[in-house]
Amino acid sequence: MKRRTLLGSAAALMAASTLPSFAQDEKLKIGFIYVGPVGDGGWTYQHDLARKAVEAEYGDKVETTFIESVPEGADAERALTQLALAGNKLIFATSFGFMDATVNVAKKFPDIKFEHATGYKRADNLATYDARFYEGRAVIGTIAGRMTKSNKIGYIGSFPIPEVVQGINSAYIHAKKVNPDVEMKVVWVYSWFDPAKEADAAAALIAEGVDVFMQHTDSTAPLAKAQEAGALGFGQASDMAAFAPSPRISSIVDNWAPYYIKRVGQVLDGSWQSQGVWLGIGDGEVVIGEITEAVPAEVKAEAEALKAQIASGEHHPFTGPLKKQDGSDWLAEGQKATDEELSGMNFYVEGITAPMPK
Amino acid sequence: MMIDPIAVFVLLLGAATPILFAALGELVVERAGVLNLGVEGMMIGGALAGFAAANATGSPAAGFVAAALAGAALSMIFALLTQFLLSNQVATGLALTLFGLGLTAMFGKPYEGVKAPPMMAGPLGLNLMIWLGLLMVPLVWWFLMRSRAGLVLRAVGENHDAAHGLGYPVRAVRIGAIAFGGAMAGLGGAYISIATVLQWTEGMTAGAGWIALAIVVFAQWNPWGALAGAWLFGGVTVLQLRLQAAGVAVPVQLLSMAPYLATIIVLVLISARQKFGRSGGGAAPGSLGRPFHALR
Amino acid sequence: MFRLEPRASAPLLWQVATPIMAVIATMIVGGLLFAALGFDPVASIRTIFWDPLFGPAASYSRPQLLVKAGPLILIAAGLSLGFRAGIWNIGAEGQYIIGGICGAAVALAAYPLEAFWIFPAMILAGALGGCAWGLIPAMLRNWFGASEILVSLMLVYVAQRIAAWMAFGPLKNPEGFNFPGSRNLQQYPAASNPELIANTGLHWGVIAAVLALAVTWFVMSRHMLGFHIRTAGAAPRAARFAGVRPERLVALCLGVSGALAGFAGLFEAAGPAGQITENFGSGYGFTAIIVAFLGRLHPLGILLAGLLLALTYIGGELAQMMLQLPAATVQVFQGMLLFFLLGFDLLTRYRIRRRA
Repeated sequence: MKRRTLLGSAAALMAASTLPSFAQDEKLKIGFIYVGPVGDGGWTYQHDLARKAVEAEYGDKVETTFIESVPEGADAERALTQLALAGNKLIFATSFGFMDATVNVAKKFPDIKFEHATGYKRADNLATYDARFYEGRAVIGTIAGRMTKSNKIGYIGSFPIPEVVQGINSAYIHAKKVNPDVEMKVVWVYSWFDPAKEADAAAALIAEGVDVFMQHTDSTAPLAKAQEAGALGFGQASDMAAFAPSPRISSIVDNWAPYYIKRVGQVLDGSWQSQGVWLGIGDGEVVIGEITEAVPAEVKAEAEALKAQIASGEHHPFTGPLKKQDGSDWLAEGQKATDEELSGMNFYVEGITAPMPK
Repeated sequence: MMIDPIAVFVLLLGAATPILFAALGELVVERAGVLNLGVEGMMIGGALAGFAAANATGSPAAGFVAAALAGAALSMIFALLTQFLLSNQVATGLALTLFGLGLTAMFGKPYEGVKAPPMMAGPLGLNLMIWLGLLMVPLVWWFLMRSRAGLVLRAVGENHDAAHGLGYPVRAVRIGAIAFGGAMAGLGGAYISIATVLQWTEGMTAGAGWIALAIVVFAQWNPWGALAGAWLFGGVTVLQLRLQAAGVAVPVQLLSMAPYLATIIVLVLISARQKFGRSGGGAAPGSLGRPFHALR
Repeated sequence: MFRLEPRASAPLLWQVATPIMAVIATMIVGGLLFAALGFDPVASIRTIFWDPLFGPAASYSRPQLLVKAGPLILIAAGLSLGFRAGIWNIGAEGQYIIGGICGAAVALAAYPLEAFWIFPAMILAGALGGCAWGLIPAMLRNWFGASEILVSLMLVYVAQRIAAWMAFGPLKNPEGFNFPGSRNLQQYPAASNPELIANTGLHWGVIAAVLALAVTWFVMSRHMLGFHIRTAGAAPRAARFAGVRPERLVALCLGVSGALAGFAGLFEAAGPAGQITENFGSGYGFTAIIVAFLGRLHPLGILLAGLLLALTYIGGELAQMMLQLPAATVQVFQGMLLFFLLGFDLLTRYRIRRRA
C-alpha cells in the first residue's frame, strides 16, 4: 500500500509540532491505549497501575496520558495517531487486537517508539512484550492440585488461543505432579470480560464437582461465585485481594511495572531498541499473589519452592516427558518446549479429557 | 458424564431471574401498546443504583428498592418523550439505552472494585429475588387477564383510539405501564450486580435488556410464555457451560444462536396464525409502537 | 392547559431549527453533567465539539470524521427510505455484519491472487449478503405478517454469532497463531480499501456514502418510488389507491437498506477495520438509526447528522486523551442529543395552542 505520501505529510506535521525528545528539560510524554476500562479490576487495571508506577518512578521527567476502552481496528489506529500527534514519544498498545493498528501507525511515525503487548509483529520502532503467564499457572496449579478434595480442578477460559491453552496445560501438568488423580475441567466463556457469564461458568464448574478453579477472564465474578459455594479460586491479572483469604487463596498478578519502568528509562537515556521479549516470574512480570493462610504451610512452601525454581530458570514448566492429548509424543525426557511451540500451542497435553474447541 | 438435572435447574433459575424481571416489565409495557427498546438502559441504571444503595446501607433489599426506583425514573424520560412529546418510540428507546449505558459508566467509576453485601437466602436455598421473580409471573398474569385495570390496559394496547373513545385514560395507563416496566427492568439489572456478580462494572448487563425484548416476543406477550422464554434463554447459556464443564464438545456460537432463531420461528408462527385467519391469542398488541395523539 | 394541533406540513424553519436547538441543549446539559463530575465544562465541550474541527491536530482529525461518518451515512441513507415508508429496519447492524463477512469471504477465497475483479466482486458480495439478510424480515413480513422490527433485531444477534463463528473457524487466519480473526485485508492490495487521496480519510466507502445520498435524494424527490414511499408513510390506506404495492415496497426498502448496510460492512472490513473479528459489528448499524432520525430522514440532514455524530466520537476520544474524561461520555452525549432532538421534534409536527 502506498503510504509514502502519508509518511511525507506526517513527517511534515512532526517537524512542525515536535521538539527533540532528549532535551533535558523537556518532559517525556508517554501514551497508553487500553482495550478496556481502567476500572475493570483485571487486565487494563494492571496496565494502568504500571503506568502510575512509571509516573511515581520518574516524577517530573515524564507525563503520561491514556485512552481507555478503545475498540480494535480503525478506532485504535486513530487513538494511536492522536497520541502520536499530541507529542507522545513512547506509546504502549496494551492488547493483542491493536496489532495491525500499531504496525500502521508505527510506519507513519518513525521517530516515535511503540510497544505492543502480546503481539508478534515488530519494526525498528515497534517492540513487543509478553508475559509467561504459564509460569504463574504452574505455581497455582500446584496449589490447586494439593488443595482439591474432590480431585476436580477447573479452568475458566476466555478464547482458545495459545496463551490460554498454555495456561491450562501448565496448570494441569503441575497439579498432576502433586496429585496424580486430579482431573481438569474447562469451560470457555468466549470473552475476556463478561461478569455474568463468568459467574455462570464458575457455577457450571462447581456443579460438576470442581472445588478449586482458575480463570483466564478478568472479572471477580467467579470468585464471588466461589465464595457462595465454598469453592476456592485464584485472582487473575490483578490480586483480587478483596476475596482473600478465601476463596482467593493466591493469584497471578500481571506486573508490568518493572518492564515499563525499564523501557521508559531506556528512552530517556537513548538506549531503547526494538525487541521482542517474553518475561516471566524471574523478571518480575508475573507475580504470585500472597498465598493465604487458608493454604497449609507445607503446600505454601512447595509452591514457593517451585516459584523460585522457575524464577531461576532451573525448572521449565513444559519439560518432557510429555505427550499430546491424542497420545502422540511431544517432549522427550528432559526436553523443554521451545518458545515457538508455545506461541502456537493449540493442543492439550495427555490426561486432559476436555475437548479442544475447533 | 452425568449431569444432575436439579443442579442445572437451580443454575438456570439464577440465570433466568434478571431477564425474567425485565421481560415481564416490558411485556406489560408492550401490552399497553408501547415499544420501549430502552430496557438495557433501564436495567443497567438499576444495576448501578441497586449496587450503590446496597453498599451504602449494607442491605441488598434496600438495593433492590433503589434499583426499582432508578429504573422507573429512567423510564420517565421515555414516557415524557413518547407520551407527551409524541416522539418516535423506536428512536427514543434506543436513545435511552445509549444514555443509560453511558450515564452509569460515568457515575459508576467510584464503585468499581467494591464488593456487595451478600444476598439473603430463602426457601430451598434460592435467594428471595428468585422467588419474587417466579411469583411475579402469576401476579402479572392475574393483573392482565383477570383484573379490570389489566383489561383497560390491554384495550389501550389493542386499539388506543377506541379505548380513548370509551373514555379510558390512554396516556395515564401507558405512563403507569412504562413506569412498571422501568422498575422491573431495574430489579433485573440489580440482580446481576447484587446477586450474580456481586460487583459493579460498566456495561455489566451485557445485552440482557435485548434478550428480554426477544423473550417478550417469544412469549407471545403472555407472562407464562415469558417464564418459558427466560428459562430457554437463560438455560441455553447455562446448559452450554455445563456441557463444556462435563467435557462435551459443544459448538458454542451455533448453540448461542438457537434462542434467537427460535424466537424468529415463534414470531413467524404466531403472525401466520393471525394472518391466515386462525385467531386466538398471541399476536402483537394492535397499537404496538404507534404514537397516540388524541385529537379531541 | 396546552393543546397540540397537528400541522399540515413541517415548516422548514422548525425543521432546521430543531437539530440546532438539540445540539445547543446537549452542550448545555452535557456541560452541567461534566461540572457535576468535577470536569471543566467549557474545556470539555470545546474539546469534544470544537477541537476536532479547528484544534491543533485538526488536520488529522477532520479527515477522520469522514472515516467515521462514511458508514453511518451510507447505512442511514438506506434506512431513511424504509423509515419514511413506515418500514422499520432495526437490523442494519446485522446486515452490515453479513455484508462484511460475505465480502471478506470472497477476498479470502481469492487470496493471494492479484486481479482487478476481486474488489468489485467483494463489493457485489457485500451488497448481496446484506440485501439477503435484509430480505429475510421482508419476506417474513410479506408472507406471514411478522413484525420486521422484531425479526430484523433478532437477526442482528444471529449475525453477531455468525461473525464470531467465522472469526474462530472458517475465516480464521491460518498464519495467525491460532488467534481469532481473519487475515488482514489492508495488507492484501487487490482486496483492500485504502485512502484514495492521502490524509483525507476518503475511501470507497465514503464515496459510496455520498453517492447513496445523491441517489436517495433523487429517488425521494423526483422518482415515482419516492412518491410511493412518502405516501405509504403518511397514509398507508390511501397509498394503495395511488398504486403502491405494499409488499413490493417492503421488499424493496428492506433489500436496499440491507444492501447499503452490506456495502458499509464490506468497505469497513476491507478498509479501516481490516479484518473480520468476533466483534466486527461495532454498532454502526444502530448508530445509523440515530443518524437517520437526527437527519430527519432527509439526505442533507443525514449528511450533517452523520458528521455530527462522528464529531462526538472523535471529540470524545480527544476528550479522553486531553482531559481524562471517561470513555462513556460519547454515549451519554449521543443519547442526550437524540433525546433533545426527539423532544424538540414535536415543534415541527405540531402547533402548541393554549386550550380555549
